[in-house]
Amino acid sequence: MRRLPIALLLCVIFWFPKTTLSQTLTFSAIPDQDESRLIERFTLVELYLEEKLGIDVSYVPVKSYAAAITAFRNDQVQLAWFGGLSGVQARLAVPDSEVLAQGIEDQAFKTYILANTETEVEPGPELDPRILGSTFTFGSKGSTSGRLMPEFFLRELFRHAPDELFDRVGFSGDHSRTIDLVEAGAFEFGAVNYEVWESELARGQIDTSKVQVIWETPAYPDYQWTARGDLRAQFGPDILNRLRQAFLELDDPKVLAAFPRSGFVPAHNDDYLPVLDIARSIGLIDPARESSRP
Amino acid sequence: MTLVSLTINRRRTPLRNATLVFVVIALVAAVFADFELIALKPWGELAKIFAGALTPKFLDAERLIEAAVTTLALALLGVMAAAMIGFALTFIYRHRAVRSVCAFLRNIHELFWALMLMQVFGLTAATGLLALVIPYSCIFAKIYSELLGETDPQPAAAIPGPVGGFTRFLFARLPDTMTQLGTYTAYRLECGIRSSTIMGFVGLPTLGFHLETAFSQGDYGGAWAILYLTYAVIATLRWWFRPRLLPIYIIAAMFILPLNSGIEMSHFIRFFTSDIVPAPLARGDGLEGFLPWITMMATEQIGPGLASTLILTQIALVLSGLVALIAVPLVSRQFGGPVSRIAGHLALVVTRSTPEYIIAFVLLLVWGPSMLPAVVALAIHNGAIVGHLTGRLADDLTLRPDAIGGFNRYTWEVLPRVYGQFLAFLFYRWEIIFRETAILGILGIHTLGFYADSAIAEFRLDRATLIIVVTGVCGMGIEAMSRRIRTRLKLTTSVEEAKES
Repeated sequence: MRRLPIALLLCVIFWFPKTTLSQTLTFSAIPDQDESRLIERFTLVELYLEEKLGIDVSYVPVKSYAAAITAFRNDQVQLAWFGGLSGVQARLAVPDSEVLAQGIEDQAFKTYILANTETEVEPGPELDPRILGSTFTFGSKGSTSGRLMPEFFLRELFRHAPDELFDRVGFSGDHSRTIDLVEAGAFEFGAVNYEVWESELARGQIDTSKVQVIWETPAYPDYQWTARGDLRAQFGPDILNRLRQAFLELDDPKVLAAFPRSGFVPAHNDDYLPVLDIARSIGLIDPARESSRP
Repeated sequence: MTLVSLTINRRRTPLRNATLVFVVIALVAAVFADFELIALKPWGELAKIFAGALTPKFLDAERLIEAAVTTLALALLGVMAAAMIGFALTFIYRHRAVRSVCAFLRNIHELFWALMLMQVFGLTAATGLLALVIPYSCIFAKIYSELLGETDPQPAAAIPGPVGGFTRFLFARLPDTMTQLGTYTAYRLECGIRSSTIMGFVGLPTLGFHLETAFSQGDYGGAWAILYLTYAVIATLRWWFRPRLLPIYIIAAMFILPLNSGIEMSHFIRFFTSDIVPAPLARGDGLEGFLPWITMMATEQIGPGLASTLILTQIALVLSGLVALIAVPLVSRQFGGPVSRIAGHLALVVTRSTPEYIIAFVLLLVWGPSMLPAVVALAIHNGAIVGHLTGRLADDLTLRPDAIGGFNRYTWEVLPRVYGQFLAFLFYRWEIIFRETAILGILGIHTLGFYADSAIAEFRLDRATLIIVVTGVCGMGIEAMSRRIRTRLKLTTSVEEAKES
């Protein structure tokens, strides 16, 4: 009886099973929006891919951009819907990985700068310098449209790091929250993914008497599907092409509307070199990792 | 008479001085603290949160139950494994090296452990389990050692003949403290349930996962449903947590935990040989590259992060004391009627069962990311715990039949008698508050945790590791200082709290 605890402890130690070669393709996505919206969207993708490819596909939700990259790096997910920056980071971590496709809108993506209407800063073709010295929120720390690009353009325009430009800089976590925070006045200004703004607007989720778009950034490449190269060993040498083809042929309006994208086009690792350069230039990626091309 | 009051006064002076010193430190810290109320109109959001509390939504029962079961399984396995390891550690705990390593490991918050372990084990049960087991084993080692050290030496000495040390331990010392060890383990299980809930915030499939989702989507009804579930589980602990049922629970837990990946040796090696090596060293820049890197880390991240962590800690410590002092008359049998006491108890149970991380999370939504929500959250949670412990102590006092009543009874009769113990409880929370303060950075307050979280978001594990190690070392420092002060003031140590809880 006295040995029972020890026996149990040994069980605990040895019971971690070895990785099994399951024939399931697991994918994830950066949590850039309300989780319920993500689950709705990626459950549709799961079904679509299963039907199209004839293999088991399962979606794993994660809590942070970093967790999505880590899961991809550790082969817990083999396919992911990344943003520009997270995709670059993931492909640096897994050199053998490939961009498959991007949304039509992702070829020229934009960030909206939002203002709480009480600031009385009005929309215009140039970003109003009156936002300096205010409170400003980005999205997630690892977001392309919510952090990297807006920070880059702010630095370009005003020649200083955000910490120096604003009285207070926050990271809301995701785009939906950025809108909420600026709408509630917790921050006077914010940077948001334009697609998230447009879709929440269309769903009537935004009180436009409290928050409005005052500026949009120049265009840059953003979201993309990235897959691990070693998927081939598991599902055959043509799996990456089949996956790419599946995305390109995706025309179910319900699935597309859930993204929201009007369709997908082929994309390649090199398309995201500008994102890498920008991430480097503002010090988000160390030069040490330059050796491998994303 | 005068003589007596003089001696009492002299004995009390160190306590008063200690209190004054800490209050002054907190006041100075408050000058540097950032207490701006950022949200312009928090009342709408607060009303929604309150409405959610009254109308909890148990919509997706299946997912909730699954998450609750995972939370429990993780807590049970983690705490039990930690208890066993901690118990084994007591045999070598007298060695200074063991004590230091344990102090370091337990001063790193379980969420930090989870974030780092995730790099190696991914989103698996192993991550959650180890994140619980590592710090908890070290906590058990400390408390178990203290409890065992307090046993009466007489039974051991009374055993005649040549008997081995272990036998002596088993038959003379262990039985004496068995109950206390058990009580403390049960209390730790309660903490373990809270910790395992919280781990959902970084992505493990426990209740915290859905709690975070619900809160950040503004679905307060759903969030409260999960909180109520947590309260219910913790409140009923004493009925379902029976030592005899433990083996069954543990075996069940092992089947329940969703394990979908094993330990990849390559991830392990990669983590230690490349991930956490400072970038300039990994790049081969040697000392020339390392010095600017470490200077940058010290001046831009660790310096400011540590400063705000300490500012927050000191203010939160004093405010926790204040909350506790307000709470004591609400819960102690010496004051008020049954109605006020029940209300007081209820309030304390809720506030101390709600992890400060969640209180801060809610307050942040309402007030915006200044230090204010963090301080209030820490003060409410820790004040509730200290208030509860001190209140129970006050219950045990026997007052003269003609003792004064009302407010004066509190200030002149009860408080002076429990004040030393109250300070002891508070100082014991000091290092815990520091640990929690660090982790609150993940919510956006610029403490050490904020920089650690940023480093992880930027995929710079070398920086994250350095910051976490600094956090652990500073925690050790605070723990040592707290012990010193308690000894100097002749206050009983944490063992008392272990018994109380």
